Amino acid sequence: MTSRTLYDKLWDSHVITDFGDGTALLYVDRQLLHEVSSPAGFVGLRERGIAVRRPDAQLAVSDHAVPTRGRDAPIADLQARAQVALLERNAAEFGLRYLPLGDPRHGIVHVIGPEQGFTQPGMTLVCGDSHTSTHGAFGALAFGIGASECGCALATQSLRQSRASNLRVRVDGWLAKGVYAKDLILAIIGRLGASGAVGHAVEYAGEAVTRMSMAERMTMCNMSIEAGARVGLIAPDETTFAWLHGRPMAPAGGAWAEAVAHWRTLGSDVDAPFAREVRMDASTLAPQVTWGTSPDQCLPIDARVPDPAELRDSAQARRCERALSYMGLKPGTPLQDVSIDHVFIGSCTNSRIEDLRAAADILRGRRKADHVTAIVVPGSGLVKHQAEAEGLDRVFMAAGFEWREAGCSLCVAMNDDRLAPGVRCASTSNRNFEGRQGAGARTHLMSPASAAASAVAGRLADVRAIESA
Amino acid sequence: MIPFDCITSRAAPMDEADIDTDIIFPARFLLHTERDGLGRFAFFDRRFAADGREREDFVLNREPWRQAGILVAGANFGCGSSREQAPWALASLGLRCIVAPSFGDIFQANCVANGVLPVALPAADWRHVLGLAHSACLIQVDLKNCTIAEVGGPHGEQIAFDIAPRQRLALLAGLDETGLILEQESAAIAAFEQRQRERMPWLFNAPPAHPI
Repeated sequence: MTSRTLYDKLWDSHVITDFGDGTALLYVDRQLLHEVSSPAGFVGLRERGIAVRRPDAQLAVSDHAVPTRGRDAPIADLQARAQVALLERNAAEFGLRYLPLGDPRHGIVHVIGPEQGFTQPGMTLVCGDSHTSTHGAFGALAFGIGASECGCALATQSLRQSRASNLRVRVDGWLAKGVYAKDLILAIIGRLGASGAVGHAVEYAGEAVTRMSMAERMTMCNMSIEAGARVGLIAPDETTFAWLHGRPMAPAGGAWAEAVAHWRTLGSDVDAPFAREVRMDASTLAPQVTWGTSPDQCLPIDARVPDPAELRDSAQARRCERALSYMGLKPGTPLQDVSIDHVFIGSCTNSRIEDLRAAADILRGRRKADHVTAIVVPGSGLVKHQAEAEGLDRVFMAAGFEWREAGCSLCVAMNDDRLAPGVRCASTSNRNFEGRQGAGARTHLMSPASAAASAVAGRLADVRAIESA
Repeated sequence: MIPFDCITSRAAPMDEADIDTDIIFPARFLLHTERDGLGRFAFFDRRFAADGREREDFVLNREPWRQAGILVAGANFGCGSSREQAPWALASLGLRCIVAPSFGDIFQANCVANGVLPVALPAADWRHVLGLAHSACLIQVDLKNCTIAEVGGPHGEQIAFDIAPRQRLALLAGLDETGLILEQESAAIAAFEQRQRERMPWLFNAPPAHPI
C-alpha cells in the first residue's frame, strides 16, 4: 500500500462513489446544525417530502443570533427570536437533537461538538459554517459547507466534494512565555496569505503541535479557513484520546477500545507525500496582532503599522492602503500606540476554559482602562460553569469586564452584540473583515492574553511586558 | 436551479482582492430566513451611505454598470464565511457570472449550486477582461464553449476558460445535485452505510446529548 497522509486516509475511507474527475461522493458521518445556514435545507426536505436520512447523526443548536444577556426573557429582537424558533421547530419536526438556550450544554457549535464528544477522530463532520475546520483538531475530516450542501447532507448523508491537495505546516520548537496558539496560527496565515491554502487540506505537525492541548489545537485548526483551506487537521494522539474519554457522546465500554485502536491508525505515514510543506519555528515567535482587514495582515506586537509606499507590488500597496484607510491607521505608528475602545474575549476560536484562564491570569489584580468596554463570552454553558467554579468570573468582573452567556456574540455581530462605526476592538475572534463586528467597526485579532493586556493598557499591548511586571 | 448557458452583458469592474462574503452580504442581514429578494442587502455597506443614500463611488451604483450581469472582481473573491446568502444576493441583483483570478472554495461551490458561474482566469486573461469591463463594452460569456469575448470585438478575439466538467454540466443543465444523488446514488449510499456500521459501529445510534 502506498504511503498516505491523514487527509488521504480520511478521504479514502469515506468514498461512496469515485467519479474519476477529482470528485467523489463522500459519506457524512455527522452534521452540526445552527439557525442561520439550516432553514433552506429543511425547506428542501419538505418540498421533496422526505425525512432526514439519519437523525442520530445530527446535533442542532442556536448560537449566531442569540443574545448573550437577559436570557431569562424571550429574545427581544423579533427576527432573531423567529430564527431560533424555526430551528427548534425544524429539529422537533424531523426528530433531531437540539440543545435549547436554557440547557447548560448550549453553546457555540464548534465548542459543544467536541465538548459533548459528538466530534471524534476518523469521522467526516460538516456544518454550514466555515469554521467547521475546528474539528480537524481531533483528526476528523471536517469542513464548512453552504446551505444547499447542508440540505444535501440532511437528505442523503453524503456530499459530492473535490479532493484537496495536501499541505503540511511543520512547527518546530515551543512557544515562548506570553505567546499562544493564536499567535502561531496568525503568523502561519500571515505567511501563507489569505488565499495561500485554497484547495488544500492543511495538516499541522511538529513539536509545537504535538505539545499542544486540545484547546490550542482547536484554535489552530479553526483558523485554517482564513488562509483559504476548508480543512485543517492534526493527527489524533494520546492527548486527543484522554480529552475525549468519558464525554457524553464518545464511545464507551468495549467500543472505546475498538475506536481508539482505529484512531491510532489515522496519522500520516512517515513518508506520506505532501504537495507542499511550510516550516515555522515557534520559539522565535512574538505575540501577533492584526492591523488590517484580512487575517493575513498581521505583525508582531512590537512592529509598526506598515507603509504602503514601501511595498513594491502595486496591488499589495493598494490593498494595504485600503485596509489602513478603513482601520483609521497611519503608516509607521507603533502598534502599541494604537488606542482601543472595546475588548471581546470569546468566539469559536478562543472561548474555551483554557482561553478564559489565560486572560484571567493577566487580569488578576488588575483593571481595564476606564475608556474601554470589555466583555467575556464563554463558548458554552459548561465552559461558563467551569469558569465560575474556578472563580474566573469574579476575576473578570473585578477587572471591569462584563460576564456573559454563551454564543457567537461579537465575532459575527448579527445579534445584540454589535459595535458602532469607528469603534476599535481588541478581539480574540477569527475575522477582522470590514464590518465584521458592526458596520464601520475596526477589529484587531489577537490571543486572549493579549486582549486582556490590551484592556488593561487601553491600547494594543505586549502581554510579555505585563506578565513580567 | 436556473440553467446557465450564455450571458451577454456589460461587466462591472471591482478591482479589489479578498472581497469576503461579509462585504458581499453583511452578517446582520443573515437574520432573514428566506432566500429570495436578498439583492437589496448585497454589498450593503459599500453601496449605501449611513443615511441610506447610494454611494457614487460604488461601481454598481453607476451607469452603465447598474444593470451589469457580470462582475469582474479581484483575487480570492468570496473568501471567508460559508453563507450562501452571498450568491443568493448576487443572483438576486442580476449578477449571473463572476470573473476573478481566484475564489474562496466554499463560495465557488455555493455559486454553482445557485446558477451563478464563477470563472477563474490566469492573471493576463483576467486583466484583459477587467479592461473590457472598464471600457463598458458588451461581453459574452459562453459556458457551452467556455469562452469570453467582446461582442463585435476586433478579430473575434476570445478568451478560453476552464471549469470543472461536473460544474459546467450542472450549470448548463440547471441540475439539482441533491435530487441527482437521491436518484442515482441511493443504493451506493445504503451499501456504504452498512459497511460503515460494521467498521465503526460507535458512530451509529449515539446516545442523546441530553435527555429529551
